[in-house]
Amino acid sequence: MPHDHSDHPHALLPPDPALRVKALETILTRKGLIDPAALDEIIDTYQNKIGPQNGARVLARAWCDPAFKEALLADADPVLAQLGYYGRQGEHMVVVENTPQQHNMVVCTLCSCYPWPLLGIPPGWYKSDAYRARAVREPRAVLADFGVSLPEGTRVRVWDSTAEVRYLVLPMRPDGTDGFSEDQLAELVTRDSMVGTGLAKTPEGTT
Amino acid sequence: MNDCMPHSAPEPIFEQPWHAQAFALTVHLNESGRFTWPQWVERFSATLARHGISKDLNGGDDYFTAWLETLEAILAEAGTAAPEEVESTRQDWEKAYLETPHGDPVRLGGG
Repeated sequence: MPHDHSDHPHALLPPDPALRVKALETILTRKGLIDPAALDEIIDTYQNKIGPQNGARVLARAWCDPAFKEALLADADPVLAQLGYYGRQGEHMVVVENTPQQHNMVVCTLCSCYPWPLLGIPPGWYKSDAYRARAVREPRAVLADFGVSLPEGTRVRVWDSTAEVRYLVLPMRPDGTDGFSEDQLAELVTRDSMVGTGLAKTPEGTT
Repeated sequence: MNDCMPHSAPEPIFEQPWHAQAFALTVHLNESGRFTWPQWVERFSATLARHGISKDLNGGDDYFTAWLETLEAILAEAGTAAPEEVESTRQDWEKAYLETPHGDPVRLGGG
């Protein structure tokens, strides 16, 4: 008999790992070790509330406010905590500044440590073996894959994140943005520019 | 051109619902004090390294397969969720899906 998709006799069976996760949830809930509502809250937070827009706002402010930038680069944790961004896993945040002399790029060679409160969940490529292995070995080739070519005189420094320390790149402020508001500037700070696999966007109409 | 660059396509935050569920479960267990994040990272990194020997892991299913395996191992060692219990509960869920009419919410019987 042909399989008729409009008439499934039973619910669609999720893949095996999905059933294993459900099994863990069931067991831990029965034992009173987890609160299912807390799981929903965590998913909602990372899916809908936390993302690169957080980091972009912070870095746009650093472009506008020299004292803020100095404090952020010197010791990011208290500055970020004041803005309500703190690491739920107890990690420290370090902001590294791009200059004409040095471009910074962030990786986690061991797994995928990432500044969650500022950037959210890392994209697939950040978690892939390809990026994790190549970022340290051949950062310029990786940058080229991302369409970034740096002037010859610019050196590349790669920062390896850990469970304790997460890095965020402060990209260079694009030319042609004099007089821009923080909101306008935040639009130019892309996720990739904060990981160092991209540059900040240039304002429309300039090159 | 950049058409096949990994960053050019818009990506969902989590590729699969179970990726999000495994992630949230782990974060919740960490935040309620079952293990520290450095402890988690140490174990998870070791799983990734082991899986990465035989193939180049992608950052999606491969990554969360390693994630789930790590979580199962930690909970098994702690005596929190024994492998036999996980397997029998997994089978209960599978049975529930197969016996629930399409469109109805799936629940564990007698749970």
